[in-house]
Amino acid sequence: MNEPRNNAQSTQGGEGLLFWLAGLVLLVGLPVLNVLPDPESWVHVSDFTLNRFGKFLCFGILALGLDLIWGYTGILSLGHGVFFGLGAYAIGMHLMLTIGTESVYGSALPDFMVWNQVKELPLFWKPFYSFGVALAGAVLVPTLFAFMFGFLAFRSRIKGVYFAIITQALALCAWLVFNRNETNLGGTNGLTDFKQLLGFRLSEPGTQRALYILTVLCLGAAYVVCRRIIRSRAGRVLVAVRDSEQRVLFSGYSPANYKLFVFVVSAALAGLAGALYVPQVGIITPAQIGVLPSLEMVIWVAVGGRGTLVGAALGAVGVNWARSVLTNYFPELWPFFLGGLFIAVVLLFPDGLVGLFARMKEKWVASGLGTRKSLPASEAGGQEAQ
Amino acid sequence: MTERGSIIYLEGVTVDYDGFKALNCLNFIVNYNELRVVIGPNGAGKTTLLDVICGKTKPAEGRVIFGRDVDLLPLREHEIVQLGIGRKFQAPSIYNNLTVWENLDLSLKRESKGVVATLLGKSSAAERDRIGRTLDTIGLGDCARQRAGSLSHGQKQWLEIGMVILQDPQLIMVDEPVAGMTDKETEQTGLLLQSLAEKHAIIVIEHDMAFVRQIARTVTVLHEGAVICEGPVDKVQADPKVQEIYLGHRKQKNAHAAAG
Amino acid sequence: MKSVLSMVLLGAVSLWGAGQAVGAEGPRGTTAAPPLSFIDKALTDLSSGDQAKQDAAVLLLSEQGDPGLLPKLEEIRDNADRSVRLAIKPLMDLLKNRANLASSDADRRRSAAADLGSSGKPVVIPWLEAALAGESNRWVRYTIEESLALIRLASDNPDDKINAAAKLGELRSPNAVPALKELLLQAGATDATDQQKALANTARIAIEQIDIQASWANAFETIFRGISLSSILLIMSLGLAIVFGLMGVINMAHGELMMIGAYATFVTQECFKAYLPAGLFDYYFFMSMPVSFCAAALCGLILEATVIRFLYGRPLETMLATWGVSLVLIQAARVYFGDLTSVVAPSWLSGGAQVMVGVYLPYNRLFIIVLSILCVAGIYFLLFRTGVGLRVRAVMQNRDMSSCLGIPTRKVDAYTFAFGSGLAGLAGCALTLIGNVEPGLGQNYIVDSFMVVVTGGVGKLMGTIVASLGIGGLNKLLEPSFGAVYGKVLILVLVILFLQRRPSGLFTIKGRHADA
Repeated sequence: MNEPRNNAQSTQGGEGLLFWLAGLVLLVGLPVLNVLPDPESWVHVSDFTLNRFGKFLCFGILALGLDLIWGYTGILSLGHGVFFGLGAYAIGMHLMLTIGTESVYGSALPDFMVWNQVKELPLFWKPFYSFGVALAGAVLVPTLFAFMFGFLAFRSRIKGVYFAIITQALALCAWLVFNRNETNLGGTNGLTDFKQLLGFRLSEPGTQRALYILTVLCLGAAYVVCRRIIRSRAGRVLVAVRDSEQRVLFSGYSPANYKLFVFVVSAALAGLAGALYVPQVGIITPAQIGVLPSLEMVIWVAVGGRGTLVGAALGAVGVNWARSVLTNYFPELWPFFLGGLFIAVVLLFPDGLVGLFARMKEKWVASGLGTRKSLPASEAGGQEAQ
Repeated sequence: MTERGSIIYLEGVTVDYDGFKALNCLNFIVNYNELRVVIGPNGAGKTTLLDVICGKTKPAEGRVIFGRDVDLLPLREHEIVQLGIGRKFQAPSIYNNLTVWENLDLSLKRESKGVVATLLGKSSAAERDRIGRTLDTIGLGDCARQRAGSLSHGQKQWLEIGMVILQDPQLIMVDEPVAGMTDKETEQTGLLLQSLAEKHAIIVIEHDMAFVRQIARTVTVLHEGAVICEGPVDKVQADPKVQEIYLGHRKQKNAHAAAG
Repeated sequence: MKSVLSMVLLGAVSLWGAGQAVGAEGPRGTTAAPPLSFIDKALTDLSSGDQAKQDAAVLLLSEQGDPGLLPKLEEIRDNADRSVRLAIKPLMDLLKNRANLASSDADRRRSAAADLGSSGKPVVIPWLEAALAGESNRWVRYTIEESLALIRLASDNPDDKINAAAKLGELRSPNAVPALKELLLQAGATDATDQQKALANTARIAIEQIDIQASWANAFETIFRGISLSSILLIMSLGLAIVFGLMGVINMAHGELMMIGAYATFVTQECFKAYLPAGLFDYYFFMSMPVSFCAAALCGLILEATVIRFLYGRPLETMLATWGVSLVLIQAARVYFGDLTSVVAPSWLSGGAQVMVGVYLPYNRLFIIVLSILCVAGIYFLLFRTGVGLRVRAVMQNRDMSSCLGIPTRKVDAYTFAFGSGLAGLAGCALTLIGNVEPGLGQNYIVDSFMVVVTGGVGKLMGTIVASLGIGGLNKLLEPSFGAVYGKVLILVLVILFLQRRPSGLFTIKGRHADA
């Protein structure tokens, strides 16, 4: 007997096509349009736009991880800004150290340390001279941190709103700690004024283009990894945890382990996103990792459509695009828009944009094609068994 | 009924909910290949009894021994399940957003149910075959691709029973399996349970006396967290103590007297 | 005003003799009261520009100590250049403080005495002594005595010094510690005289006495601050706990309902200012409490009807949607009210009560503590002693059964939510007493109050009370040694560890409904 496919999975054929199409446009299309010789041409993509898209795609990576944990497993984490921040600060610290004597004060120490009258580089900064360590740290530090936090939280079966509140408190605490000067992480102003990465000047369009392409590749890789997870049996256990944790437990699985696994994966993705974000945006401050940013990340996923990977990434790009447009023209309106989005996405289209498209498609395509069977037929099946 | 032959052995188990003793120094033994029905009025501690066996509730006092000498008290739920104790809950507890097939697939007994194994594992032909046969047993052969959430209530109950069967447990615990089922469905469920009892030990909690009479060989009556009476259906029904506490109202008592 | 002035004059006259006696020992050896023209001359000397003459005039006038000269001095100051103004300033302060010693307001008398004490000028001794004789308020007396001792401690007379040091020890005066320590230091020097050593002994004892007192005061104050913060957390968490406990709704806009309460207080105040006689202004706070309760409750009703009722049973979605509401409300307040406004606390809530040396309890904090106790009592009464409360509890325990029994569950939901929101408004009203009114007001405490609810457990008010006391108290207990930030981090860690042992909070409903 063949294993039947879920109809949700069968639509993923379309998702695969979308994946390759989007990949082609993002990976080849935009950079090619960016290097077009004629900057006046209407198809030309400016360095600024390309850079901005690079930033959005970083958020897309993060959204994929968040979707794994929230969309599929049903665990709402309001503290993903922390993992993003840990990744971002790890790379940021490396970039700070490579500024060297180019800094305003001309000291080998980062400017803010000179300003705070720190005489010697703190010990925990020293490993970050090495790019390899910084890169590994950008993924491993959030991973380890998520592991410890998740271990404690899931072991004691903190779930639902309790988990959400605890992670929110985590975001608040991280924000408070990163804001302090004595933690030597740059205080309120964060880390900025980066000059170079591995010898490439960050101000060069070429460097930024390369970073952009790297981001697209990472997003693609993250997508493939997430898809693999989702389509494995473990992915189905995750959905099962969302539906009935009790049944999962009494089917012999340890929900805590699965939750921990998915939490750690999503934290690693958030760290990766942070690492890619910093050299492209050029600044990381505590304001980007606190309570509000962490909540916004959830909304990206919700807007795109939770429970679909493409939707999550799409939501991250879409919301941030809207943000950069709106804050540009109507800075006062952005909070209204964002707040309205929170409410609307929950009340009006809980499946997000992807769900909205699917519903529209359903309306257009003849309704009789749906694979859902009517009740009487299955009831008859049940009676035949005896 | 020796201790050696028991599959589950509870001795002096007490569960205390803020002063309310849901189980009060309860002794309870079920042997291999026995189908035991537990009855009792509301709040007698029937569900708590199952909770204690499957590790959901840890008793304040007492011993819970599985098989020859496995102490269940220090184990966590999923470890107890892996020892071979399956449970069907009162309210159908299935995965609504997965297909019927996937529901069964996840419940299937496997070497390891750890994260790595499930990430990389593929179902073997034998496993698919087993799922297929179970689908036929529980009468859901045509609904394999259907989302479990769209099943009817009775089908959900059966699906959950199927999931428990696939775990291949030595002891199956079933909490009110026929609640909300039609008479016909109830009868079929009874037949299903009886056929299962040939290979497994089963504990059934039920209110429906007709159903109890259909399936039961030995009945245990719980009241206020302790065993009041144990034995064949007829003996239990004739017991004046049981009539007093369980059947309560005179009208019901008369009805049962007439039936008996 | 007139009576005050005459009292001052009377005081000045009665001081005359004493002033002469001290004057006799002073460096200038004045023996008789200078004639009035002398004062006039000194007044003109002040602005003469000659440094020596100016100094002499200041000295003379401060010995004279006649507050009646203040208007004249003010006139001189207004016409003078900067150096003269600087020279006159201490003189004027001295005179002003002397005048204030006779003020009818105890707080003013007290601060005047403290200022005179810190001026260190021996001329003020007779003034203070005179004031002491006529003083009945315990704490003003205390300050006068303290000031006297402080000045005497700085004098040259060894006996005076020893007595003053002993007196300061008796008074447990924390202000004297630096001066006393200085004495110890002097006695520690190699060329210290026996006299200095004897003095140092007294000083050491005094410092010990003061230190013991200070640690008591410190402990007491920490406890008070802890209770104060706890009561704020409590009053905020109560509404949250009701809504979460009874309805399972996590309302992230709870902080913004508080903000609405705070702005309602602000608007009430403005209305009193604009439309009612000034005499009634002090009573606006009584009005603002019901107003802010009702405003927030109304907003809660609207919120419940438009957003929350579609989301019952979906707590995570509710969290997100209500967070959206909170964003909108914050921005709306920012657009409408601007960034920062503040409420003037009514005069009967400003100031505070001193209960022991070094411990001062502000009335506004005491008021909030009382208010929170009243709220708890009110809620208990409402929930457990009235028919409405019975229905609320019934719906909470078994919604379907309640509905069958004819309880309008929809209405009960709405009212419960509105009541919880109203409590938030009341909390916001109380918060205006201790801080500014700003759009982000609710955000400051919201995470803390969520922690309270989580730690306390759902559905039991007792848990909320204990948890807010615990978290508030712990916060203040940890703050001195860890700093506010790390204290908070530590509390998060503690809460997580605590939830390891009790995953659903302090007080949980055990039994068959536990997982429902």
